[in-house]
Amino acid sequence: MQQQHSLPATRQVTPAAPGESIPVVPLRHPLRLAIAVVLILVALSAAWDVAVNQRYHWDVVVSYLFAPQIMAGAGLTVLLTVVSMSVGIALGTVLAVMRLSANPIVSTISRGYIWFFRGTPLLVQLIFWFNIAALYPVIAFGLPLGGPSLVLGSANVLITPLGAALLGLSLNEAAYMAEIIRGGIGSVDKGQYDAARGLGMNSSQLMRRVILPQAMRVVLPPTGNQVISMLKGTALVSVLAISDLLYSAQIIYSNNYQTIPLLIVASLWYLLMTTILSFFQTKLERRYGRGFDAAPRRNFRSKTRSMTRSKTRTIR
Amino acid sequence: MNTAMVEAQGVRKSFGSTEILKGIDLRVERGSVTCLIGPSGSGKTTFLRCINHLEKVDAGRLYVDEQLVGYAERNGRLYEMKERQTARSRRTAGMVFQRFNLFPHMTVLENIVEAPVHVLGRPRSEVTAEAQTLLDRVGLGDRGHSYPQELSGGQQQRIAIARALAMKPRLMLFDEPTSALDPELVGEVLDVMKSLAEAGMTMVVVTHELGFARQVSDQVVFMDQGVVVESGAPADVLGNPQHERTQAFLSKVL
Repeated sequence: MQQQHSLPATRQVTPAAPGESIPVVPLRHPLRLAIAVVLILVALSAAWDVAVNQRYHWDVVVSYLFAPQIMAGAGLTVLLTVVSMSVGIALGTVLAVMRLSANPIVSTISRGYIWFFRGTPLLVQLIFWFNIAALYPVIAFGLPLGGPSLVLGSANVLITPLGAALLGLSLNEAAYMAEIIRGGIGSVDKGQYDAARGLGMNSSQLMRRVILPQAMRVVLPPTGNQVISMLKGTALVSVLAISDLLYSAQIIYSNNYQTIPLLIVASLWYLLMTTILSFFQTKLERRYGRGFDAAPRRNFRSKTRSMTRSKTRTIR
Repeated sequence: MNTAMVEAQGVRKSFGSTEILKGIDLRVERGSVTCLIGPSGSGKTTFLRCINHLEKVDAGRLYVDEQLVGYAERNGRLYEMKERQTARSRRTAGMVFQRFNLFPHMTVLENIVEAPVHVLGRPRSEVTAEAQTLLDRVGLGDRGHSYPQELSGGQQQRIAIARALAMKPRLMLFDEPTSALDPELVGEVLDVMKSLAEAGMTMVVVTHELGFARQVSDQVVFMDQGVVVESGAPADVLGNPQHERTQAFLSKVL
C-alpha cells in the first residue's frame, strides 16, 4: 500500500469497481476472412469445372461404379489389406518384443528380419514369393539335418498368386509394424515397469495390462498411415495377375479405352475405404487416449468460429 | 527366532563398477516405522528397491518376512529365483514411488483393483468394494472414476498408497513419497502415512521430511556413501547425532 502511494501518478486510469465486468472488444482478423473468401471461390470454381467438363464422362463413371468386376476387385483389395495388416501387426508385435529382449540371439534375429524386409523392395519380395517354387519345388515340414519330414506338397500348387501376395505383403508389413510398436513401447515411462512389478505382475501381465495399452496411443497414428498405404499398396499385386481394385479397372479400360473414368471409379472406392478407415482410427485413438488427453476436443463449429473472431479459450 | 520384518546382513549392490551399497546391516521390526535419511547418492533408494526385488542383491543376505530375497538357499548354495517366484514374493511388500507411477490409462478404481484381480485372481466385485473403502480411507472416496492426470500430485500419491494397500501387504515401502509434490500438498500425504503407521503397518520410508521422521518413526537410519553411518531412535539420531557425517548432514538440512 505504501509503495503504491509513493509511485508518481503518470496516467489516469479509471479503476473498475470490484465485481464490475469490463467490456472487451475482440480482435478482428480481416486478412483471415479475405483469404477464406478467396479460397472458397477457387474451390467452388474448380468443383464447377469438374462437374460440367464433358470429358470426365461422369455417365461412364456412374455406369461402372457398381460393376461386378469393380466390386469383386474392391472386395479383394479389402481382403488383402485386412489379412496382411492383421498378420503384420501380430508378427510385428512379436518382433518388437523380441527386439527388446535381453537375449542377444533373439534380438539379433529380430533386427536381421527387420533389416532384410525393410531393405528390399516390396515388388521384389512379391515376385520372389510368387516364384518360390524355383528355389523350393517341394514344401515340407521336417527335422533339420535330414530327419523325417512331413511333405505338404508342390510349391507351385501351394503358393497360389493370392498366397504369394499375402505372404509378401504380410511379412513386409511386419517389419514396419515391429519398428512402430518398438517405438511405442519405448515411449512408456520406465516408472510404469517398477509400479507393475512392485504389484507382483510377471512380464506377460506387465506387457499386456500396462505397457502395450499405453504404447497403443503412440502406435495408432503411424499404424493408421500403414493401413492406408497398405490399402493402396495392394495395387502392386497386379504384377502377380491378381484382380484387385486397380487391376480390375485397368482390365476394363484396356478394352473400352475409358481410362480416366475408370481410374475415377477406382479412386472413389479407394477414397471411400480410406474415409471409413480414418473414422475407425479416430475412434480408436480416442479410446486409447483416455487418461492422457485431458483437453476437450475442439469441434468443427468452434474452429470455424475462431477463424472469424477471436475467442477466449481456457488453457489447461 | 528371526522375527524382524526386514533383516539385512552385509547387503552389497553395484551398478557396473560403481558400488552403491557397501555392506548394509539393518533390522526392521514388525509394526515399526523406519526412516532412511541421508544425502542423495547415499544408496537409500537402491536399498529400498532391493527389499522389493526391483534390484538384485549382489552379496550379503536380505530377508523380508523371513524369506531370502531373490534367492533360494539349498544345501549351502544360493539359487537365483525364477521370475514367477520373484513376482510372487514381491506381494509381501507394497511400494510407493516418488513419481507416483499410477497407470495413466486406467481410472483411479481400475488402478486399485488391477493387481488384486489380475495378479491374485480375486473376484472384481469384492475387490471393488474394498477399493472404495481404501479410497475413503485416503480421503478420495469420490474420485474413483477420475483419471490420474485429472488429480493433483498429492491426490495421486494418496491413490498410489491405496493401490499398494489393496494387495494387503505386510510391509510398505515409500521412496521419497513427498519429494515430487508442491509444498502445500506434502501434508495430506504425510497424514495418510501417519494414520497407516498408527494402524500398525510396518513401514520403511526414504524421506527428507525430518519432521515426519522425528514424529512418526521408531528408528531413523542415516546412510552415506553406501553404508549405514548411524541408526537408532529418532531422538538420538536427529537430536544428538554422534557421527560427524550425520552432524554435517543435519546442519545442512535443518
